[in-house]
Amino acid sequence: MKTSSSRQCPSALRAKLAGVPDSAFPSPAIAAENLVKRYGDFTAVDGISFSVASGESFGLLGPNGAGKSTTMRMIAAVASRTSGSMTVAGLDPQREGPQVRARLGVIPQQDNLDEELTVRENIIMYGRFFGLPRRYLTSKADELLEFAQLTRKASSRVEDLSGGMKRRLTIARALVNDPDILLLDEPTTGLDPQARHVLWDRLFRLRERGTTLVLTTHHMEEAEQLCERLIVVDHGQIMAEGSPQGLIREHSTREVLELRFGMDRNSELAAELEPVLTDAAIGFSHIEVLPDRLLAYAADAEAALERIHSTGRRPVTSLIRRSSLEDVFLRLTGRTLVD
Amino acid sequence: MTERPVRPRQAEPSPAADKDALGRAASVRGVLFMTERVLRSMRAYASVILFASVANPIIYIVAMGLGLGALVGQGTSFAEYGADSYLMYIAPGILAATLMMSGAIEMTFPVMEGFKWRRGYYAAQATPLTPRQIAAGHICAVCVRFLLHSAVFLTVMLAFGVLASPWAFLQVLTASMGGLALGLPIMAYVAALRDDRGRIALIQRFVVMPLFLFSGTFYPLTNLPLPLQMLGWLSPLWHANELGRVLSFGQPTPVWLIVVHAAYLVVMILLGWLIVQRVYTARLGYDEWRGRVPGWRGRQA
Repeated sequence: MKTSSSRQCPSALRAKLAGVPDSAFPSPAIAAENLVKRYGDFTAVDGISFSVASGESFGLLGPNGAGKSTTMRMIAAVASRTSGSMTVAGLDPQREGPQVRARLGVIPQQDNLDEELTVRENIIMYGRFFGLPRRYLTSKADELLEFAQLTRKASSRVEDLSGGMKRRLTIARALVNDPDILLLDEPTTGLDPQARHVLWDRLFRLRERGTTLVLTTHHMEEAEQLCERLIVVDHGQIMAEGSPQGLIREHSTREVLELRFGMDRNSELAAELEPVLTDAAIGFSHIEVLPDRLLAYAADAEAALERIHSTGRRPVTSLIRRSSLEDVFLRLTGRTLVD
Repeated sequence: MTERPVRPRQAEPSPAADKDALGRAASVRGVLFMTERVLRSMRAYASVILFASVANPIIYIVAMGLGLGALVGQGTSFAEYGADSYLMYIAPGILAATLMMSGAIEMTFPVMEGFKWRRGYYAAQATPLTPRQIAAGHICAVCVRFLLHSAVFLTVMLAFGVLASPWAFLQVLTASMGGLALGLPIMAYVAALRDDRGRIALIQRFVVMPLFLFSGTFYPLTNLPLPLQMLGWLSPLWHANELGRVLSFGQPTPVWLIVVHAAYLVVMILLGWLIVQRVYTARLGYDEWRGRVPGWRGRQA
């Protein structure tokens, strides 16, 4: 085992906890301070700080190109940082890459399974990269295939699997070394809704078992389902941090009224509607204008719609829904997540 | 019905529990883990490899020994080279050329597969293995394949009475060195490519094939005009051929030339290996691949 000195919190965090002995706090699974990553002139990650407690499920939410994947690569000890400090499982991923990677399970954005091998052999072969004995791996593979609901496919070749099955196999494979931290980069991107829900169910089980999960996503529902806490990242910076519900409470109203008046009329109507809706009973906050629709943020969207009807305006369609992280993101960045 | 006894959970701790040990194991034996992985994927076409290593020499024996050999052998004596027959003369060359060609396969397509087509290298990258170990594992697997292939090849040759003595088996080493001396630079080149775009096929046609024909495989290099001879001097295959002939039937060769042959191959292998390491580290290490190897001329398309 490493000495405790190499497992301490980063200095800035320690300073915050001055006076409290180190031993009083278990070191976080991941701690990043002022993390910066530049590629030439381009700053992919621009000074972000966060920490993930052991057993927590933590999300990085943001649009494509926000710096989520780069941050993940730095955590995964496959990318260097330009500046800042970071510990993963108490170790510096840049200096102790192999030791850090021994503690991680990585589910990459793009599947990189071995298509020539069978489902079972994929897990065993991957376990061999960690130097795990073959005898152990044969029983471990059974256990993981059971977990990934792939037992019946154990002897199939990977190329015969569906997209959802491949993702589940990738997850099973990443669990072969009993990782302390599981990193998932866009785990369900490109899957159909049914496959996505099966996958979420598996990941939720891992979360219940106490596995530390860190995932990037631009999928709101995924973040809401899986993350206890998340950071919203845009342009390499943290826009907000909190639990999904907390973020919604803080940055949005309880309900949203979606209105379509037909193209071209949206922004004009937004200006007209604002004074109409400004009323304590409605709990109106603001209107966002999207190319195809208006989003009116209000505590009581039903009342807002009635008010609009009472002025004689008839939207082509109207929809009342609860606020989601999508709205938080829109509020914070002025952009929608998925374009 | 009898009640099935509940099997107690394994008492011994899981080998995955001690993460420090996993990291240490990889730093000591990581190359082996990768070698195993590459060999295992070769197993998918093991029957083809085995067939080739048995059938290839037989085809050559028939074509060159009976066909071309009958023609060449009548008026020509190979005694000055120490060989009893034309077939015996070319056998070491055929072995070395065969390994060169299989090297040009095993060190090109699977490399592109690892980086681009199936991204298997990126799966390995996420484990405790280092980029150098990933490269070295691939190279070691190719070495194993070379050794097995040439051992089978020579056994067939022995059975047909083409080898003068069992000492000829030592050319397993020189032929493998020849395969690496050309294969490693090609591997480095392919690893630095973002896309294949037909360039691997181009290498086969315009590097491997000419070397096969102009490296003194089927005739002494001195038969060629001097400018073409000089081309042959650069060819790792020629050096492997000549070393093979010394080992196989004791072709008279000055000692200094033997040293030059061996040194040339060793230098090419070391240089090639270093460049391969550098490219793999650039692509799989901390400084991400951005289409360029540090210190490498120009930008890859």
